Amino acid sequence: MKSLIKNVNLIHPEEKINLQKTDILLKDGLIEKIGKFNSEDISNTQEFDFSGCLVVPGFFDMHVHFREPGREDEETILSGCDSAANGGFTGVACMPNTEPAIDTAEVINFIKKQSKNHLVDVHSIAAATLGRKGESISPMAELTEAGAVAFSDDGVAVKTSSVLKRAFEYANMYSLPIIEHCEDESLAKGAMNEGLNSTFLGLPPLPSVSEDIIVVRDILMAEYTGGRIHIAHISTKNAVGLVREAKKRGINVTAEVTPHHFTLTDDAVKTYDTNTKMSPPLRSQEDLDAVIEGLMDGTIDCIASDHAPHSIEEKDSEFQFAPNGIVGLETAVGLSLSELYHKKKLNVEELILKLSINPRKILNLPVPKFSVGELANFTILDLNKVWTVDISKFKSKSKNSPFDRRLLTGTSIATVNNKKMFYNEHWYSL
Amino acid sequence: MPLSSKHLLGLNGVSKDDIQLILDTAHTFREILDRPIKKVPTLQGKTIVNLFYESSTRTRISFELAEKRLSADAINFSISGSSVSKGETFKDTVKNIEAMKIDMVVVRHSAAGAPAYLTKICDANIINAGDGIHEHPTQALLDMYSIRQRIGKIEGLKVCILGDIAHSRVALSNIFGLQTMGAKVSVCGPSTMIPKNIKDLGVEVIHNVDEAIQENQVLNVLRIQIERNAGEYFPSIREYAKYFGITNERLEKNGKDILILHPGPINRGVELSSEVADGSNQIILYQVTNGVAIRMAVLYLLGTIN
Repeated sequence: MKSLIKNVNLIHPEEKINLQKTDILLKDGLIEKIGKFNSEDISNTQEFDFSGCLVVPGFFDMHVHFREPGREDEETILSGCDSAANGGFTGVACMPNTEPAIDTAEVINFIKKQSKNHLVDVHSIAAATLGRKGESISPMAELTEAGAVAFSDDGVAVKTSSVLKRAFEYANMYSLPIIEHCEDESLAKGAMNEGLNSTFLGLPPLPSVSEDIIVVRDILMAEYTGGRIHIAHISTKNAVGLVREAKKRGINVTAEVTPHHFTLTDDAVKTYDTNTKMSPPLRSQEDLDAVIEGLMDGTIDCIASDHAPHSIEEKDSEFQFAPNGIVGLETAVGLSLSELYHKKKLNVEELILKLSINPRKILNLPVPKFSVGELANFTILDLNKVWTVDISKFKSKSKNSPFDRRLLTGTSIATVNNKKMFYNEHWYSL
Repeated sequence: MPLSSKHLLGLNGVSKDDIQLILDTAHTFREILDRPIKKVPTLQGKTIVNLFYESSTRTRISFELAEKRLSADAINFSISGSSVSKGETFKDTVKNIEAMKIDMVVVRHSAAGAPAYLTKICDANIINAGDGIHEHPTQALLDMYSIRQRIGKIEGLKVCILGDIAHSRVALSNIFGLQTMGAKVSVCGPSTMIPKNIKDLGVEVIHNVDEAIQENQVLNVLRIQIERNAGEYFPSIREYAKYFGITNERLEKNGKDILILHPGPINRGVELSSEVADGSNQIILYQVTNGVAIRMAVLYLLGTIN
């Protein structure tokens, strides 16, 4: 089957492609030709006119929680994939805090099986330690062979420095990064960022230094072992500074930030809305400014949503008792375009690096190419579409988002991958 | 003139006029408490639920007495022996109670913001009887009323709150209320028990008790909450008592006739020595009596707002 994507601007910063107003002909989901076509070339072809839209390499979210196995009431691999496609992502990496944790080849194979045939590529980040308990390292060789793209105890940091050292050393054999949720457990007993707002609201405070301390530990351990450290959801000014300095010193460190940490501060908690409760917590304006600066100067390599679906029952409770996290996949692109592109913090090429190319590189995954014979793996963007977030339209099984009714500018219009296209609520075969 | 809100969730943001109205109304009820028949028909037909998710003796009894003296029907719900132990959520419990047609809810809860959450899920008037380490507005109101009765004013007074400020709902409500009424508020205690950003509230921080006594006219001494792991925040009870406890010796040394408040219950020999707890500076039991009048005023003003 042939498909024609018409009247688009094609941008791929790594391949130095920037074509205005062009067409892309696909045959059986592969790129057949790029350029303008006359009508005879394209008989028996399904046509999609995306006038004014951008075609960019498919976005990749390297930090999602798909809850399966264990909490299929909140999200399944399939509903998570639908949510990703609807949000503009053609690939994701799942965090291992499922039940059971992703610490055996069987769980990785199960996830692969569940996501087979979907538009969205699903990769697994395996637990760094058995059961994420922090006591002994996971079977990393077997997990790598099954397809693990990184190791992490996300939800918590690897508990002790001694286990962390071994995890780095062992993961190094396979050139895979350790992804750390940087939080000192002994300091992290609060419900929101420590500051004036926590004092006002009487919520137990969680100091930003709890993140900084583990960032320091992890960077030094990566340096000592020669390992690769990726800092998940960086959120504090000091952590950004530490990563910046470590990069200058040549340490193999990368970092991601979530859209909520570059969009909201702890002011959003003032109504005790449990959808503003996350880990790490929403921080101060100073921290928010620092993560944006980190995105701009390249200290922060990528944007990841930390997609964390939760049931209504669990979120509809007293703030202190509510679980952490929000549905992220379906607002990440809109927030990135609204807060970073339209506010002139990042240009389109930089956004593509942070949403598509860098996360894949960190996980040693191939970057989609825009050349003939390659599998078409695109996100199609409308940079200027003004739209309102509506949680009832989320494809995710959960609806916990602080961004409901928020007006955003810019969105993904369609996603293309694995010989399929998701566009306008329809799944097309290509 | 009615209150400007149908709930009392805290004193943050409550206007001077509203606080004044509550204190003045309490004064009329205070007089009723000294009558041989201490009951008025003001809230007859109103049903009030005392929803206590955390143990409390004096606050619960004080509210219950206030309700009964206003002729309201008072129902008590406390965490033990209720459906909470069967795993029912806070929301479901409240919705069930509300379905039995109640007018007001007095809530005590370990989670900050629980009363604010209730205003979103039910229509009754909500009164915060203490939420986590957030606010305890009726305690601060009765403290202010007691100060006003004893000294004659609040405006311009220098008031120091002493103790575990970081884990005290009484402290925060007192700070908000006293500042609104024009007092100058300071806090004193070990630095591990002072919230990081307290100075941004316009509160002076003192770490020396002698200085606190010398510079203030009122000392509101908080209870060290040993049951809430307060012990993790200072080296020992002995050290706390020695450096932050109020003793007669310390009062005499600073030559000061300072007014001492304490929200109770007292740890004798820790934050107050027994002589001070029973001495002439303190008004602890006077506060307790006034507490009933304050709660009557709050219930009356909110219960008749619609």
